[in-house]
Amino acid sequence: MDSALIPKGVKRCPLPQFGAALMIVSAVLLWGVFAMLLVWFKGLNQTNMNNAYGFALWIWADLGVIALGGGAFFTGFLKYIVGKDELKNIINFAVLIGFICYSSALLILAIDIGQPLRGWFIFWHANVHSMLTEVAFCLSCYFGVLCIEYLPLVLENRQIDKVPFFHNLSHNMHEVMAVFAATGAFLSFFHQGSLGGVAGVMFGRPFGFREHILIWPYSFFLFTWSAAACGPCFTIFATKLTEKIAGKKLVKDNVIELLAKISGWMLFTYIIAKIIDTIYWANVTAPAMGFTLMDFYISSPGSFYGIWILILEVGVCGLVPALILITDKGRKTPALLWTAIILASIGVLLNRWVMVLQVLAVPVLTFETWNMYFPSWQEIATTILPIAYGIILVMISYRYMPIFPQEAELNPIEEPETAVTQDTEAGEEAKQAQEAELAPAKG
Amino acid sequence: MKEAQGHNKTKKFGMVIDLDKCTGCGACMVACMAENNVSFREDESDKQLSTAWMRVYKMTNGKPFPDADVCYIPRPCMHCEGHGGHSPCVSVCPATATDYDNNTGIVSQIYTRCFGCRYCLAACPYHARVFNWWDPVWPADMEKMLNPDVSVRMRGVVEKCSFCYHRYQRAMEKAHYEERHEIEEDEYQTSCTQACPAGAITFGDLNNPDHTVNQLVKPDNRHGGRPKNPQAFRLLERLGTNPKVYYLSSREWVIRAGDNYVKNENH
Repeated sequence: MDSALIPKGVKRCPLPQFGAALMIVSAVLLWGVFAMLLVWFKGLNQTNMNNAYGFALWIWADLGVIALGGGAFFTGFLKYIVGKDELKNIINFAVLIGFICYSSALLILAIDIGQPLRGWFIFWHANVHSMLTEVAFCLSCYFGVLCIEYLPLVLENRQIDKVPFFHNLSHNMHEVMAVFAATGAFLSFFHQGSLGGVAGVMFGRPFGFREHILIWPYSFFLFTWSAAACGPCFTIFATKLTEKIAGKKLVKDNVIELLAKISGWMLFTYIIAKIIDTIYWANVTAPAMGFTLMDFYISSPGSFYGIWILILEVGVCGLVPALILITDKGRKTPALLWTAIILASIGVLLNRWVMVLQVLAVPVLTFETWNMYFPSWQEIATTILPIAYGIILVMISYRYMPIFPQEAELNPIEEPETAVTQDTEAGEEAKQAQEAELAPAKG
Repeated sequence: MKEAQGHNKTKKFGMVIDLDKCTGCGACMVACMAENNVSFREDESDKQLSTAWMRVYKMTNGKPFPDADVCYIPRPCMHCEGHGGHSPCVSVCPATATDYDNNTGIVSQIYTRCFGCRYCLAACPYHARVFNWWDPVWPADMEKMLNPDVSVRMRGVVEKCSFCYHRYQRAMEKAHYEERHEIEEDEYQTSCTQACPAGAITFGDLNNPDHTVNQLVKPDNRHGGRPKNPQAFRLLERLGTNPKVYYLSSREWVIRAGDNYVKNENH
């Protein structure tokens, strides 16, 4: 029914099947929208946050999706700036994941603030000393860049592409994409870092506070580093998951392995830096404030933040995936690759969790106890909302846009001989046209 | 010239709370709520959701009878100076909705500019900042008793102790009307100070040697306002927040409880 919209040379499931799946995910989305409206109309009393837990699930989700969406800027950086041309076969999907993650982050922020209609004050009354100000500016600008990067994909839809203006626009945008990729990388280096700086500058919170280089706390650099390391892992994970659901290979192994290798070395070096940072913080920064490392990790009634969380973050979800990804065998063994990319994604989410929630859980006043928090259903629903939204966007993009350039080549359509010849020719034509469009960018 | 005439002298308003005198009666909290139009809910059992500007904490020395001892700690906003006015909350606010006034040392909160991101809440180690989780609602006829000098706050913004700044404005207006450039110590006092039946709270200009607060703690401005009086201390001194609320106690365990120390470390 919608075959005219589906890219040439690829096969998609029947429309009713697609529609049914879309409806299921949309039901989850609507649940999230309902919770979102409740929060907007009734206020943040719909959450389980309180005066001790001013930052909670949403801020973690914000930091989390931005870290996972880091695959977009880093893959773009590798392809357009470093010149890793093979990555052109995954860059579209990386951009899509980034677009989903960053639009989700902006939506969550809009839900999270107490006075959503005043959200623009952050730009109008900007405080240059605040890390959040930098986050707001860079995040918004980078989302604009992601829109520009995502637009050509939309324009490559078969029907839209027939319009000469859109065809030429898409072609010309491809040509200048390196400029936007560079801009995106620049902006991302800063806002990813600023998100790390959010906790790092809080000198009233010894768990989050870090020493500085100029105006930037160490956590600034660690956040950028970890996003560049784990963002591509999530891109690979999302690609692999899409392949599983679609039941076919979409990206060649050499592309995945290249990204996994770079990601692995980034993760390995990040973990070394993280361990050094932890040692310095535990032995110098925290004691100067009257705390020992174990003051922050207490598994007692009222706290579940035992030392296990640090071991899990740095060891199991940091060092282990890094070691897998830097070895050739690890990257080439599917089970190990899956393990590594999942662990790395969990690791960066765990890091964001402790840098938001554990910072607030740790008692600072000596006569206070650990603060505990469990999110309300409205918080959970609004956090699941972006996931449902992301799945829908991936579904639509995958069905109607040439997200995976290697799909047609990897999955030739088996039909009657004449049709096969025609389709193969069509696929070849499409491939050649695409390569011709990308050629200037390669140069 | 202005200095010579005593104009625009930089003030640093601060508070000294004698913990040996505090009985934990809570009169300071009540007075603060009434003076500053602090809203309350029918069910105030969850203190983490209360909108209290002044909160009295209870702490014990953890020893069994007969050595057990109790101390109550009233905790207003500390009006931290940090380093050069960069208090923990002021420096993080993305919309400049909170500011450090170098003329008075008071940390202000602009309710109509705050958009409720709560970064300041997270940054304040004293939990002095509270968020308006609900719309403020007062029982019938109680709205008529609201203080006309203090604006009520709407849902979704952060508020905190202002050291009864409206009283300072009123005192300055009166002084101006009487063609005076300075106000007397007793002309500007916070409501909690005046309400304390035990006289545990003292308020004044820490920069003015004639004021009682200065004499009580003898702040050393060369070292971030640290008290020279050995019985005076500030909460979480080691964090570098440079607060302007000082506490007095003759009890060693109380002074030590004011900050964190690693094992076997002396304060």
